[in-house]
Amino acid sequence: MEATQLGSSPTEQHGTDARVNDFSLVVATANGTGSQTANLTLLRSFFKMGIPVHGKNIFPSNIQGLPTWYHIRVSKDGYVARHPSELLVAFNPATLHEDVANLPAGGVVIHNADLRLRPDRSDLTYYPVPVKELLAGVEVKGKIKEYIANMTYVGVVAHLLGVPLEVLEEALGHHFGKRQKLIDSNLEVVRIAYEWAVLNLPKTDRFRVAPMNATTGLIMMTGNEAGALGSVYGGVSVSGWYPITPSTSFIDSLREYLAKLRVGPDGKATFSVIQAEDELAAIGMVVGAGWAGARAVTATSGPGISLMAEFLGLAYYAEVPAVVWDIQRVGPSTGLPTRTSQGDVAFAYNLGHGDTKQVLLFPSSIEECFEFGYKAHDLADKLQTPVLVLSDLDLGMNNWMGKPFEYPDAPLDRGKVLNAEEVAALPEFGRYKDVDGDGVPYRTLPGNENPRAAWFGRGTGHDEQARYSERAEDWVKNMDRLARKFDTARALVPAAVVDEQPGAKLGIIAYGTTRYAIEEARDLLAARGVATDFMRIRALPIGPEVEEFVAAHERLVVIEMNRDGQLTAILRDELPVHAAKLKPIAYLDGMPLTADWVVGRLNAHLGE
Amino acid sequence: MDRPAPAAKLNRAGLSKSDYVGSPSTLCKGCGHNSVASQLIQIAYELDLRPHEIIKLSGIGCSSKSPAYFLGQSHGFNSLHGRMPALGTGALQANHTVRAIGISGDGDTGSIGLGQFKHMLRRNVRMAYLVENNGVYGLTKGQFSATSEEGHKLKYAGVNQFPALDLCLEALAAGAGFVARTFAGDAKQVREVIKAGLSFRGTAVIDIISPCVAFNDEADSRHSYAYGREHERALQDVGFIPAQEEIIIDDYEPGTTQIVELHDGSRMTLRKLEADYDASNRVQAMARLQQADAQGELLTGIVYYDDSRPSLAEVSGMTDTPLSMLPDEQLRPSAAALHDLMAGYA
Repeated sequence: MEATQLGSSPTEQHGTDARVNDFSLVVATANGTGSQTANLTLLRSFFKMGIPVHGKNIFPSNIQGLPTWYHIRVSKDGYVARHPSELLVAFNPATLHEDVANLPAGGVVIHNADLRLRPDRSDLTYYPVPVKELLAGVEVKGKIKEYIANMTYVGVVAHLLGVPLEVLEEALGHHFGKRQKLIDSNLEVVRIAYEWAVLNLPKTDRFRVAPMNATTGLIMMTGNEAGALGSVYGGVSVSGWYPITPSTSFIDSLREYLAKLRVGPDGKATFSVIQAEDELAAIGMVVGAGWAGARAVTATSGPGISLMAEFLGLAYYAEVPAVVWDIQRVGPSTGLPTRTSQGDVAFAYNLGHGDTKQVLLFPSSIEECFEFGYKAHDLADKLQTPVLVLSDLDLGMNNWMGKPFEYPDAPLDRGKVLNAEEVAALPEFGRYKDVDGDGVPYRTLPGNENPRAAWFGRGTGHDEQARYSERAEDWVKNMDRLARKFDTARALVPAAVVDEQPGAKLGIIAYGTTRYAIEEARDLLAARGVATDFMRIRALPIGPEVEEFVAAHERLVVIEMNRDGQLTAILRDELPVHAAKLKPIAYLDGMPLTADWVVGRLNAHLGE
Repeated sequence: MDRPAPAAKLNRAGLSKSDYVGSPSTLCKGCGHNSVASQLIQIAYELDLRPHEIIKLSGIGCSSKSPAYFLGQSHGFNSLHGRMPALGTGALQANHTVRAIGISGDGDTGSIGLGQFKHMLRRNVRMAYLVENNGVYGLTKGQFSATSEEGHKLKYAGVNQFPALDLCLEALAAGAGFVARTFAGDAKQVREVIKAGLSFRGTAVIDIISPCVAFNDEADSRHSYAYGREHERALQDVGFIPAQEEIIIDDYEPGTTQIVELHDGSRMTLRKLEADYDASNRVQAMARLQQADAQGELLTGIVYYDDSRPSLAEVSGMTDTPLSMLPDEQLRPSAAALHDLMAGYA
């Protein structure tokens, strides 16, 4: 019966308003109940059916018992931004009524029948699932039974939307790998629920899926996995790190990939990953390794970035390569540790006291996480400075579709490092001398046998020979050179990406993951005849293309997920002539933006 | 006409003593730290060290400036206050073949850096970690440090109301395998203990009482030259014999002189001055330190020695080539590996 339903056209079954491959589903559970496996099984199933899909885990800072929502956006058009959900899996008694109240008219509630739900909205379709009854015959005990209970909604949702059982089995196989017992026990529950639903839940709502081929050749991965893999392909050898949400999975992935991909010919590790006592030490290890000549990375989030300010100021001034991934969460302070943000931009850009300026990269996709993952190390070496990659929780911890990563098209670029022979060939070696006029000096590494190669690294004022100096001329000369070096960075960092529509008057500027809501919003506006141009900034300092875009538009908005418009302020400072034109649309409540919100704000802006 | 200067005597590394000097010291005349720096020059010369095989690391403070004043042909890094252990950990994981000389002070180690100090010891990072301990903040002009004795009076700081931290005790509690205390006024002992520390398998903690002539050298201060000379009590007469030399011990008395083989084949000789002191007994070491403190003794020598615990580099399972010197083909995995990995995410 399912097969016929899949093969038939939606109009035959559910009238002209059938919604095929175009809806959002939210699963409400308490965290610590193992719902992640169930949710990822659904996500992976849609993906395997060839339907564009994306999942966002909205989870609490807690181990067990607090509410969690998993949002799945199914979109034949490939939209992945957060979208208000029409379908609800209501398995959390604590949020049951609020979750039901949030649904739009025509919505669907698939609820645990063991919870006391008053079906007080007549504009919704209800599907009760007798979880206890369905599990009665299943032979697993204790905790596992509790975990596996979530598989009941997987079976019911699959039936209601039209996901074939064999696809679910494939998705479970992806999740559990070779652990066949786990696949079997989960699949058993899915099957029981599915078969029960076929007999007992006649479908009366309009939402369903149908196979497509829009995900052929794509992968699905989290940004943290992609960034970690990129780092490995950037030749990273050392990592010092300290656990902090939402960055921890970056290091977990890094360790996994290194163990797999970085074993030397002698069977030993060609890497070292050390769990530090805090972020002060984590970044200290990274800077120490960078000074000694190994590529090093750490991953952290806002509170960790605060602690790393000291060492990153030193690394800026002593000119030591380092790569830091900041998987942004909501601050100030401990803030909302499990919610996403773009709140660290201003702090990171000037991280360190005095006239510190840091190079920042803003990945927006898993492809960019991989690409920036290795490029960050080339940049850090070429510029002899820290590079901070500002990702966010949404990108880092959620699963995103993307193209398989392309192998780097250029060899590792270690920058200006002199070996013993090269030092010998020079009339003199001055560690901080601007030989090439680009502000980037030459360095040597410990272990260099030339007696003239040694230099003394320091955070104190120094001359071109790295000798201690308090002379005013030395200070100014060195700081001017560092400013020159920062200008050199403008041409080396990833350039902004511009997308123009004919006749557009409004220029939209953004960075990172807000692109998805913005791109969808632009399509919505275009459908109403409103054209827009869009520039996605991918790094700081900005390059000439940013000024070009800004100069070419009379009306400009900068959309960002923070309260104060942090990038707006940086752009105004960089482009003072255009400062008045740059208007921030800055908002942060911890949730990723939606297209509707962007449209509303742009309309308000255009109406001004 | 000038006569040609007599040729300087060269060591086995083909270097003269002047090859081991650094920039002129900017510390006060008579500062204990200067004598430590000159001992390090002497040590490097005597041990035939090759400068490029050494790195010098420090934090912030008077002590931490001093790596600029010795071994000018070695790379060095004067880093952040209390953070040298982390920097050193990263540097030594990047290149585990260099020997590290760490220079810290009592503020750098005992206050701001106490956490990093103890975690470095837990990990057993291979470094001779010298604390030039003078019981006072010099650069900021005379505040008490965490190693100042309780009740001590200083001109500007007044009376110290808090008990002192004993860095050797802290090191023992953190699991250090080489814990020594010495006195900058006892040059020979400083030299021999540092030599042994440089050959140790992991972190060698050497707490050097190094008087501050500007702010804390009154005779009643436990960190003064006068107090040290008066109250020093050595646990052993420490000697060091490089790997290639034979052991010759004057007045050898069986049972009283212990010969300890160090990690690189060199040996440390300990001629016991306290017959029943056992430097391999951590509990006794802690008790003896506390007893010495109660009695006002400046207890010096090898307080504790145990090389059974591997260093961080050893437990890391790293390949023999330093990570910093790996060729590119060992740094970036293959395109085929990436392709295979991608298939798992499809």
